[in-house]
Amino acid sequence: MTPNWGSWLLSGFAATLVLTTIEAGSQQARLTRMSIPYLLGSMVTAGREKAKWFGFLIHLVNGEIFALLYIALFHYWGGAGVWRGLLLGLGHAAVMLLVVVPLLPSIHPRMASQEQGPTVTRQLEPPGPLALHYGPSTPLFAILGHAAYGVILGVLYRLPAS
Amino acid sequence: MIDVGPRIHDYAIVGDARSAALISLGGSLDWLCWPRFDSPSLFAAILDAEAGGCFTIAPVGEFRSERWYAPDTNVLCTRFSSAAGEVLLTDFMPATEEAERRRLLWPERELLRLVECTRGETELEIRFEPKPAYAREQCSIVDAGALGLRMNCRDGLLVLRTQARLKPSGAGATARLRVRAGDRLDFSLAFATRDIAVLPPLGEACREKLDRTLRYWQTWASRTTYDGPYRAEVVRSALAVKLLAFAPSGAIVAAPTTSLPERPGGDLNWDYRFCWLRDASLTARALFGLGHRDEAQAFVAWLLNATSRSWPELQVLYDVYGRHPPEEYELPHLRGHRGARPVRVGNAAARQVQLDLYGEVIGAVLYLVRNGGSLDRGTQKELIGLGKLVCERWGEPDQGIWEVRGERRHFTHSRVLCWATLDGLLELHDLNHLKAPVAQFAENRALIREEVERLGYSEQLGSYTRTLGGFDVDSSLLLLPWYEYTGAASPRMRGTFACIHRELYAGEGLYRRYRGRWTRGEGAFGICSFWAAEYLAMGGGSLDQADAQLRALFRHANDVGLYGEEILPGSREALGNFPQAYTHVGLINAALTLEERATGHPSVAEPQPPQAAQQGEAYP
Repeated sequence: MTPNWGSWLLSGFAATLVLTTIEAGSQQARLTRMSIPYLLGSMVTAGREKAKWFGFLIHLVNGEIFALLYIALFHYWGGAGVWRGLLLGLGHAAVMLLVVVPLLPSIHPRMASQEQGPTVTRQLEPPGPLALHYGPSTPLFAILGHAAYGVILGVLYRLPAS
Repeated sequence: MIDVGPRIHDYAIVGDARSAALISLGGSLDWLCWPRFDSPSLFAAILDAEAGGCFTIAPVGEFRSERWYAPDTNVLCTRFSSAAGEVLLTDFMPATEEAERRRLLWPERELLRLVECTRGETELEIRFEPKPAYAREQCSIVDAGALGLRMNCRDGLLVLRTQARLKPSGAGATARLRVRAGDRLDFSLAFATRDIAVLPPLGEACREKLDRTLRYWQTWASRTTYDGPYRAEVVRSALAVKLLAFAPSGAIVAAPTTSLPERPGGDLNWDYRFCWLRDASLTARALFGLGHRDEAQAFVAWLLNATSRSWPELQVLYDVYGRHPPEEYELPHLRGHRGARPVRVGNAAARQVQLDLYGEVIGAVLYLVRNGGSLDRGTQKELIGLGKLVCERWGEPDQGIWEVRGERRHFTHSRVLCWATLDGLLELHDLNHLKAPVAQFAENRALIREEVERLGYSEQLGSYTRTLGGFDVDSSLLLLPWYEYTGAASPRMRGTFACIHRELYAGEGLYRRYRGRWTRGEGAFGICSFWAAEYLAMGGGSLDQADAQLRALFRHANDVGLYGEEILPGSREALGNFPQAYTHVGLINAALTLEERATGHPSVAEPQPPQAAQQGEAYP
């Protein structure tokens, strides 16, 4: 199985861009304070603006890497499509909210823990269960963003002709 | 009138050049709008002691309190003393250079309240009762353990972290605790609007922020070049003006509050959390004159950016980003400061017509140019457009510098400012900063002068008059020499000052603005009183007279050197929104002019053609 590299790059980029736009839009509409670029960027720098910029780049790269996993499954199933993309997107959101988010305080070098509170180096607010600390709508927009990510990959990715 | 709650001059301000908090002599944080000056309030007990919301740290029972700013800073220290003990409360918003701020992991907004028991033992009462959105939004406090007390409201997340154990109950949290000599407690109040919140640590990290903030303000204050006999008052005023500057845009808000009454218990209550153009040239002169070039240049850049949006018409006021301010409306659920209703937010004066604004903008640009700045082509074109508009409209009535609501009138001050617009533009032309239609501007300038001298001066009064053909005076006429319309020692100006003194002097160095329907019951205007000092310093009186006038006004500042818009004659009580940038700008300018006269050295450089000012930046 050899992926269609061009299609992977293009569909992965488009899907990540849409995911980022949904997240940023919901944040600017004050529906959530969750910011994946800021979360990722603050792992490498303390400055808020710089962190968002770094985080945006990291997020784009991450989006392409995750797209490879989606594509591997598309190949395994023998095709992409809206429904397969949507299914994977919802699964992705579930893993993020239920597995990755609770682990964040232990892996993020600047995130405070719920139990011990902030320290000089760890001051970022932890996400709490289902990232609800960042606003009650946060899980909804996380699911919406990842579902869109999956759907766009499913629609745009073209399996190479066998 | 409700006789409860601290009075206006009982408050002191802390801030971070984006937002400001007012804290009373009794240790109560009674006004705070986050994230910006003009955001809805989180605490508004200053407008309604019961419903507005407050954050109080104060001893239980009887105590004395005294307070001061740490020297040359905006860090407020309050000492509570009783027979049993003494507690020092230090309030500040962390501040540092913008470049450093970008590197640090600091909350979006933070206010620190550090408590230290310095003697004996004291029981403290803590009341934390935030009431978001001018106390209209119902939010409850959640105790998140080590992460602090959290309140999620529509505008963001408010977090209070402290070592004290506060007991949440509904929308508030309270505690009573005993502190002994050497005990320290930190209260960190932080706010996050859009991003993931930063939860600052307590203890040593707070002391480090305090040190950093003290250093920042002391370094900033040390750049003040004024070194005359009133340095302490001038530096305090400069620090107050700096607190009212919105760092991201360079705008300066008139005051950080809304609806503090201009007459006790009365209805002259307006929202001043916006930026007025009417004092633009005065502000530019004050900042350039003190050597705070960065703030001055940022202010003029904001001014040119804001005015370009509504060009060639100018609005009376703009918000901190140069936009139209929100519509004015009332908040009937708030009882007002000591019962002074209504509480208003937004400002309807934005829709008024004031022809003096054009002169203010050109005046501010002149100060920029006199300090080495230059103008790009777009700005030159816009400034000439302002001049052409003035040529068309100078004969129209307007609402004047005091924004009189109702019928428009032909104010002499507005006419003179139209004259100053054209005179300033012709000066810029002579200095090669722009190419003006000289004949048109000079002709209109002459026509305005002819009209002012004919109709704006009363032989019977021996004075310039408030309105053309009128028979009363206005303190704003003291500014005529300031705009170089006439000399301070000219017979007509001397007569005008004598008339203003006769009609508007309220004793103890204080002057009222004018007498009219809107001014009944209001106090004397701080800025008008400082204009009088400056008029005397410009040659309208002797140096000693000017010095005496200025020193008389210093006695009307509150205990930490702050002024409101007005002062109630006889009581030294501040009235109106507080503290008022305009009044502090007046103090600075009067002190600068006095120093110029005493030393013979101008505080602002003489005009220079652009060739000689190549170091300056182009604006905007």
